Amino acid sequence: MATGVNGRARPLILLCAAGALLLAASLSISVGARFIPFGEVWALLLHPDGSDAAAVVHDLRLPRTLLGVLAGAALGTAGALMQALTRNPLADPGLLGVNAGAALAMVIAFLTLGVDTAGGQLWFAFAGAALAAVAVYVIGGAARGGPTPIRMVLAGAAVSAALLALVQGAILLDPITLDRFRFWAVGALAGRESGVVSAVAWPILAGLALALPLGRALNVIALGEGTGTALGVSPARARLATVVAVTVLCGAATAAAGPIAFVGLAVPHLARALFGPDQRWVLPASALLAPTLLLAADVVGRLVDRPAEIQVAVVCAFLGAPVLIAVARRPRAVAA
Amino acid sequence: MTSSAPELRLPGRAVRLPGGVSARARPRALATSVLLTATVAVLAVIGVLVGGMALSPAEVWAALIGAGDQATGHLVWSVRLPRVLVAVLAGLALGAAGMVFQSIGRNPLASPDVIGFTAGASTGAVLQILVFDAGAAAVAGGAVGGGLVTGAAVFLLAYRSGLHGQRMVIVGIGLAAMLTAVTSYLLSRAEQTDLRAAAEWLTGSLNGRTWEQVLPVAALTVVLLPALVPLLSRLRALELGEDSARALGVRPDLTRLLAMLAGVGLTAGAVAAAGPIPFVALAAPQLAARMSGGGPTALWSPALCGATLLLAADTLAQWLFPGGRLPVGVVTAAIGGLYLATLLRWGRRVP
Repeated sequence: MATGVNGRARPLILLCAAGALLLAASLSISVGARFIPFGEVWALLLHPDGSDAAAVVHDLRLPRTLLGVLAGAALGTAGALMQALTRNPLADPGLLGVNAGAALAMVIAFLTLGVDTAGGQLWFAFAGAALAAVAVYVIGGAARGGPTPIRMVLAGAAVSAALLALVQGAILLDPITLDRFRFWAVGALAGRESGVVSAVAWPILAGLALALPLGRALNVIALGEGTGTALGVSPARARLATVVAVTVLCGAATAAAGPIAFVGLAVPHLARALFGPDQRWVLPASALLAPTLLLAADVVGRLVDRPAEIQVAVVCAFLGAPVLIAVARRPRAVAA
Repeated sequence: MTSSAPELRLPGRAVRLPGGVSARARPRALATSVLLTATVAVLAVIGVLVGGMALSPAEVWAALIGAGDQATGHLVWSVRLPRVLVAVLAGLALGAAGMVFQSIGRNPLASPDVIGFTAGASTGAVLQILVFDAGAAAVAGGAVGGGLVTGAAVFLLAYRSGLHGQRMVIVGIGLAAMLTAVTSYLLSRAEQTDLRAAAEWLTGSLNGRTWEQVLPVAALTVVLLPALVPLLSRLRALELGEDSARALGVRPDLTRLLAMLAGVGLTAGAVAAAGPIPFVALAAPQLAARMSGGGPTALWSPALCGATLLLAADTLAQWLFPGGRLPVGVVTAAIGGLYLATLLRWGRRVP
């Protein structure tokens, strides 16, 4: 871990990260089957002139980009929170079963209650995400010796496998669900209904507002329970706030964009390499770097197979899985 | 993991034979194997008798010796027997493979479905179904090829101055995530008509099995299960820790390589015959260990437990949804969920 980060450089790096996000967002609006130059993008955003290009920008690319920013920030922050709280370098909402829980809850809601609006699905996604997270944590920590990183990832993989097999069985019984679900199940920013962005914007912003101030408490928890209490931080309260934030952020991101793994795994590692282990910097840095990565992956997916597209979660898996493998190959990761 | 480390107390009871020879007998483990064999036999007979059209034992016997009418003969020989045999053989293979992976990974949650092999097989099969529009044999071939390539990749990527079981598990999960992404991408691009076939294959099913599917899994099981017998004591030694195993004259990397080859081969045979049936490999070794009261890692009771689980799940699936609407994989996934819930509730007390 890079610990010798110059304190004065950190605001500058954070500014650069914000700039990179802005650049990625501009690229996301301008690149695609039809290329729209940057200058024109800004003009069309401010003064829509009723042209085809304006329609593309406002109806397709702007919602898609906003969804990418929101889902990316949610997943990156949730990953950073989980890695800090569990002191597990392999923690990721996708790996720890949270996405699969949200998926199963949404499919059950659609099959039994006919819930098919983004706003309605959101609540089921929250509930599923929370239940799966708790199940994984308890199973992973059940054996003697407590929750080691490897045990948590295995528990997450096992719970995900069970939940996704049930999803598979449920959608097999009903062709309409099968057809609907396969597009959501890939994990993509494109082709979501118009109401999705506005439905998930508030929960994600609320989750971020809850998460970002937790940096100091997480720093103190990292020193150990007793030190935390001595320094006036309630570990139990900080832990509860972290779990609530993770559930809200992951549930909302999964409901909106489908299961996207690895963004939450890789980005906090990058953030710690740039900013050091101080969570007060890692959390906002993850919130800025993750949407940059997600939007960049989305743009790459549009360019690789033109005019068709590769969904963002597929690109993310190919960028993120090597990070997981690299972390696992470090000697310390498997010492537990 | 520490909790699976064998105790110093030797299991079973010493038996002294005349002439100063002594051996250790484990009556409970033996009884478990006998009980499981009987259960498999009973469930297999039920599987042949019961179905869309119930047959009497006399009718089945007549059909088996070729004396019955043609329709019954066809039903028994071409429909029920292949299905039951695939269930038994795939169950044996998955149970034994699960034992191998849990022993190498030193974790009760390690299994071929969790650490990448089934994901590779799924991608291979879905590629054949959706992109190359292939027939049943080519789909099975694609599954085996995908599983083997993934197995080799896990092995190579996890090798770093020696093999570490837990590192292999994480590498497998990473590769599985990439392969699952490819599979869902292929599904999202599929034609509506191919979609159900692919989705059903992905769930794991015993519907419409023929002798074409029985023979490969039979060959692999018959060769690889006995091949695991000499490896078993080496795997037990490795569970004590790498240094202890070396001291006992066991070569850790070679043992892991050979055991994993056998495990991957068994998984590939089962997947080719029945699709990626979830959780049998995960739950069977654990259930077998509980039944035989702990003790050292065993081969036959996990394998028999796998066959029991798969046959029972298939019988249940046919009884709940006649006509094969519910693939057996959904039932085994539900069993897997129950198993995980048990871990949740009693995990701390389980040895």
